[in-house]
Amino acid sequence: MSGPLLQVKGLSTHFFTQEGVVKAVDDITYNLAEGETMGLVGESGCGKSVSALSILRLIPNPPGRIVAGEVLFQGQDLLQMGDDEIRQVRGHRIAIIFQEPMTSLNPVLTVGRQISEALELHLKMDHKRALERSVELLNMVGIPDAGRRIKDYPHQFSGGMRQRVMIAMALSCDPKLLIADEPTTALDVTIQAQILELIKNLARETGTAVMIITHNLGVVARYADWVNVMYAGKIIESAQAGELYAAPRHPYTLGLLASVPRLDQPRKTKLAPIEGLPPDLSALPPGCSFRPRCPYAVDRCAVEEPPLLEVAPGHTAACWVDVRVAKKTAGVVHG
Amino acid sequence: MVSAQSDGKVLVDVQDLKMYFPVTGGILFQRKVADIKAVDGVTFAIKEGETLGLVGESGCGKTTTGRCILQLYKPTAGKVLFEGTDLISLSGGAMRRMRRRMQLIFQDPYGSLNPRMTAGAIVEEPLKVHGLAKGRELKEQASELLRTVGLNPYMADRYPHEFSGGQRQRIGVARALAVRPSFIVCDEPVSALDVSIQAQIINLLGELQEQFHLTYLFIAHDLAVVRHISDRIAVMYLGKIAEVADRKEAYENPLHPYTKALLSAVPIPDPLVEAKRERIILTGDVPSPLNPPPGCSFHPRCPYVMPRCSQVTPELKEVSPGHSVACHLY
Ligand SMILES: Nc1ncnc2c1ncn2[C@@H]1O[C@H](COP(=O)(O)OP(=O)(O)OP(=O)(O)O)[C@@H](O)[C@H]1O
Ligand SMILES: Nc1ncnc2c1ncn2[C@@H]1O[C@H](COP(=O)(O)OP(=O)(O)OP(=O)(O)O)[C@@H](O)[C@H]1O
Ligand SMILES: [Mg+2]
Ligand SMILES: [Mg+2]
Repeated sequence: MSGPLLQVKGLSTHFFTQEGVVKAVDDITYNLAEGETMGLVGESGCGKSVSALSILRLIPNPPGRIVAGEVLFQGQDLLQMGDDEIRQVRGHRIAIIFQEPMTSLNPVLTVGRQISEALELHLKMDHKRALERSVELLNMVGIPDAGRRIKDYPHQFSGGMRQRVMIAMALSCDPKLLIADEPTTALDVTIQAQILELIKNLARETGTAVMIITHNLGVVARYADWVNVMYAGKIIESAQAGELYAAPRHPYTLGLLASVPRLDQPRKTKLAPIEGLPPDLSALPPGCSFRPRCPYAVDRCAVEEPPLLEVAPGHTAACWVDVRVAKKTAGVVHG
Repeated sequence: MVSAQSDGKVLVDVQDLKMYFPVTGGILFQRKVADIKAVDGVTFAIKEGETLGLVGESGCGKTTTGRCILQLYKPTAGKVLFEGTDLISLSGGAMRRMRRRMQLIFQDPYGSLNPRMTAGAIVEEPLKVHGLAKGRELKEQASELLRTVGLNPYMADRYPHEFSGGQRQRIGVARALAVRPSFIVCDEPVSALDVSIQAQIINLLGELQEQFHLTYLFIAHDLAVVRHISDRIAVMYLGKIAEVADRKEAYENPLHPYTKALLSAVPIPDPLVEAKRERIILTGDVPSPLNPPPGCSFHPRCPYVMPRCSQVTPELKEVSPGHSVACHLY
């Protein structure tokens, strides 16, 4: 197949609430190639989950609505599909792992039943074969004694094991794309490392493309080939992981990288936080949304919104200023 | 932050602390009453003006340790000496007076503030309870405290839901500071906050420590944050201390296999560094404190496990000055 696996073009998803229109996702465009791992980073509420859920049309309506855009998956626009068609895509060609495994597993069904159900539905396996395959999958994600454990219910597993069950379910139908929405935030660091390593290895073996959603810049550095940084509903920087970390071009990315302490660097006496607060998505300032917190802001930023433009080959950023040469301007507007 | 263990005077001395929570009723345990050994023989000291970082996986007993020190739980056994006085043996009145000296900052900036009280009232309350100020002075001190933590005093009339997570955590810090404590247990004070806001609060805690000569027990699971803020580090695993060392020693020369695995599990935000890094990926899950493995409780996940590890519980012993480890390898 030629062309990228997933092409998201001008996707906008808004929530129509009493307080006003929340532009949770506002005109985002990106591609994801087959077998590639993309990291989607940004702080809480910037639209990461909504952008992922929009791909599968899992936005609650009302109050939400995908108001514009195309989502081409293997060349087909998912937003134009009939309900039956999109249901065939979900959990089969595109699988999603949610942040909180307990809420996404059915508490009254055994783990074996939950995995085998999808296999029977999507791959038309008979019940016996589906159960066998379920055991194989649980083995693959490192659940010991899987043959016996398929009869257990989700609450009988630890948080890390539940997350592994979710991964087994997600991978059960050989998806072409796996979306992992903060797959490890609720887990301990050592378990987190286990799970991410597992996703990476399985994706490599099966050639599955992966979208990892996280606010942890370290996780992205370790696992992603490509990074999209989101702020206030928009992608504000996009580059190959190596390039993004070595030569960030958006002040927000720069700020994020500077604000976290790093184990591999000499300890600093002070961290360099991003001042101020993330914006209210229903009352965005004119111009660039990051301007009130931006140490490089110039007059133009208050009136004209910067487009996402190529700043180096394969590297785009949405900023009027060239942070490599610009001086920090004083007067950040607080809170 | 201040590397002033200069005089080295011990402020908080925890000796063989144990906190067992009884398990009663339920279908499984109707007859036999079991114990959750949340904290099981923890010993460490915190010197005046220093920050001791306490790290370890979820459920290993960090919060329980902090709460036992503050006497918010009555420990099952052990001693907690504060300036040499055993808190556990203090009478109610004496403990109440002592309580002013030690405060707690919570992990959850949402649940830890009374939603029906204004920010001003939240900060004034401890001043009133301890009879430290009243009338106009009360209002003035509250304003001053809000200013100290970087909030505008005009925000005093607002309710918690009108603040962001980071701002709410600032209110929690102001409340803890109100009574002029010398010791603060910071229980995951930044875990619930956004990356861009975490640094603001960490800097604030550092500044306040210098300004008021505070001593911190800093509980966290982010080892990069702990390294940034701590002078010494204690690593906990399933109710026990696995390793204690100075910051530099803990990060540059970790000895316990669990400490090594924890450090290697922290991803570094730089793909070039990550590509070259050696990783220790543990297998298995964190065991339950209700039914801990025999011997060293880490042995089922330990890459260096030896026959002895499943039989004999290793004692915490000092292997070089200030560096203690509980492992049969040393
Ligand atoms: N059902 C809804 N009704 C109204 N607004 C919503 C709804 N769901 C999401 N939003 C808004 O959309 C925005 C984006 O939310 P989203 O869940 O995508 O954030 P996120 O980047 O995934 O954050 P986090 O890191 O906290 O998971 C937020 O401002 C949120 O308040
Ligand atoms: N009040 C209680 N009653 C019974 N068990 C308790 C109680 N408080 C804590 N525990 C148990 O004690 C153990 C230690 O809990 P604690 O909250 O101290 O862990 P922690 O290290 O702070 O974990 P986290 O990182 O998740 O906050 C856990 O197994 C917990 O379930
Ligand atoms: Mg989300
Ligand atoms: Mg805790």
